[in-house]
Amino acid sequence: MSLGQADVKKIALLAALAVEEDELAIVGDKLSNILDLFAQLEAANTDGIEPMAHPLDQVQRLRDDLVTEIDQHEKFQAIAPAVEADLYLVPKVIE
Amino acid sequence: MHSLSIKQLSEKLQSKQISSVELTEYFLNRIAQYDPQINSFITTTPELAREMARDADAKIAQGNTHPLTGIPMAHKDIFCTDGVRTSCGSKMLDNFIAPYDAHVVNELKKIGMPILGKTNMDEFAMGSSSESSFYGATKNPWDLNAVPGGSSGGSAAAVSAGLVPFATGSDTGGSIRQPAAFCGISGIKPTYGAVSRFGMIAYASSFDQGGPMARSAEDNAWLLNAMVSFDARDSTCIDMPKVDYVAGLNDSVKGLRVGVPKEYFGEGLDPQVAQVVREAISELEKMGATIVEVSLPNQHLAVPAYYVLAPAEASSNLSRFDGVRYGHRCDNPKDLKDLYQRSRAEGFGAEVKRRIMVGAYALSAGYYDAYYLKAQKVRRLVRDDFSRAFEQCDVIVGPVAPTTAFNIGEKTDDPISMYLADLYTIPVNLAGLPGMSIPAGFVNQRPVGLHLVGPYFSEAKLLNLAHQYQQVTAWHQQMPSWLAAQ
Repeated sequence: MSLGQADVKKIALLAALAVEEDELAIVGDKLSNILDLFAQLEAANTDGIEPMAHPLDQVQRLRDDLVTEIDQHEKFQAIAPAVEADLYLVPKVIE
Repeated sequence: MHSLSIKQLSEKLQSKQISSVELTEYFLNRIAQYDPQINSFITTTPELAREMARDADAKIAQGNTHPLTGIPMAHKDIFCTDGVRTSCGSKMLDNFIAPYDAHVVNELKKIGMPILGKTNMDEFAMGSSSESSFYGATKNPWDLNAVPGGSSGGSAAAVSAGLVPFATGSDTGGSIRQPAAFCGISGIKPTYGAVSRFGMIAYASSFDQGGPMARSAEDNAWLLNAMVSFDARDSTCIDMPKVDYVAGLNDSVKGLRVGVPKEYFGEGLDPQVAQVVREAISELEKMGATIVEVSLPNQHLAVPAYYVLAPAEASSNLSRFDGVRYGHRCDNPKDLKDLYQRSRAEGFGAEVKRRIMVGAYALSAGYYDAYYLKAQKVRRLVRDDFSRAFEQCDVIVGPVAPTTAFNIGEKTDDPISMYLADLYTIPVNLAGLPGMSIPAGFVNQRPVGLHLVGPYFSEAKLLNLAHQYQQVTAWHQQMPSWLAAQ
């Protein structure tokens, strides 16, 4: 399967990654090679096979609904790129 | 000092023949002397190590310590370490000073094992050569032109070079076992869920598993004892009775049924590597094991299934790196979308971006059934193959990798050939089974690993067989001659 430049742009958008125009072709080629690898799966007979999400078929453990985490926002926000009044700053979203 | 086992180091510390401060200083000096050529560390933490060593000596002086107290170690740079840069080999996290400890880091700190530093790795653990690190490639101590394997290549190279007695690793598709094989050391990937993933930066959460990397199986058993403990913060961590992995090391392996999958010796396996592995299997037979042929008919589907599932999970896990809360942020973003897209494009390297895009595509509307769901079904086929094989045998053995360490730069332009380097290790991750690599010989002066795979929670049996093999062979005691001098 061969991905065109429009496909690569769409995937990049889904992945939230900026891809330069001059990289589209090479990125597309490499992704296409990986999709060719996926094609080998088509040959497998998986009729009646349940999808497997977890090796031990575990179910999620539940715990009591209690507060267990302490507030450490100052420590966590000390490594943030931009913070003001305990809030993370991003470019303006609503005009 | 750098050729002593963990047990020997422990005895010297406990009997006060040497202090942890002296031992720590010894390994810090070796790192300073040799690592400029190997590049196995991203960050060294001498001050932290010295402080922890002083504390360890104080503990030992008071008595009542753990056997591992005072033994210096290193963490793969995927384990969050409070107050220390935890980069995961990526520019994205070059400025990330972890604000907390991973569970594994915390457990080993409690014991009092001084942290010498953080080891190099493929960016976000995505690779089989440790070449994709933002901090430059790690070199294989056996041949500086060769890769050390990956993604835990820094940990493998550091142990192999005697720069540290033990290092942590993580294994999503072979990242402990393949570098252990390439560098001639021993490493074990435990059963999925045995070691807490809390604070271990996520790549593909249904496969990721931490484990020890050290010179021998015995060393690994001591370390696994310290690394396996229940942690409620990892929802997939298994609450099981405490196992002593050291206790059974000397058990007899007579009559143990060792399965050899016929598919393992097919196309793609280097004939000289095959020969070394066959000799190791003969040795197991001489030790009293019974060799039986088994079959894993869906083995060839494991690599394609893995490269659907792992990138799919990665595309979700790595969405947290958005330039907002931590990590790299682009300059002058013009809007929020630009902030996300450019921060990620600048912060991630080529292979990480490739896997995120592959994963996003595999999960996108119209392709989910054809790729993701199909791969999950194949995952069950691969797991069921192992279940059937383990009706006939106790342990499966074979090669860890199809070749010895390849040259730096040899596969960087061809991702698919890099992916195929993990064809023997990936099926074990799909099934969630424990797997181990131990040194079994050399081809052209490059180490070859023997792969041991067991049923769920059979780590003690794998370590027992590996230890017994290491009682009658000396491959695990070999060290590159330029690094062997005391």
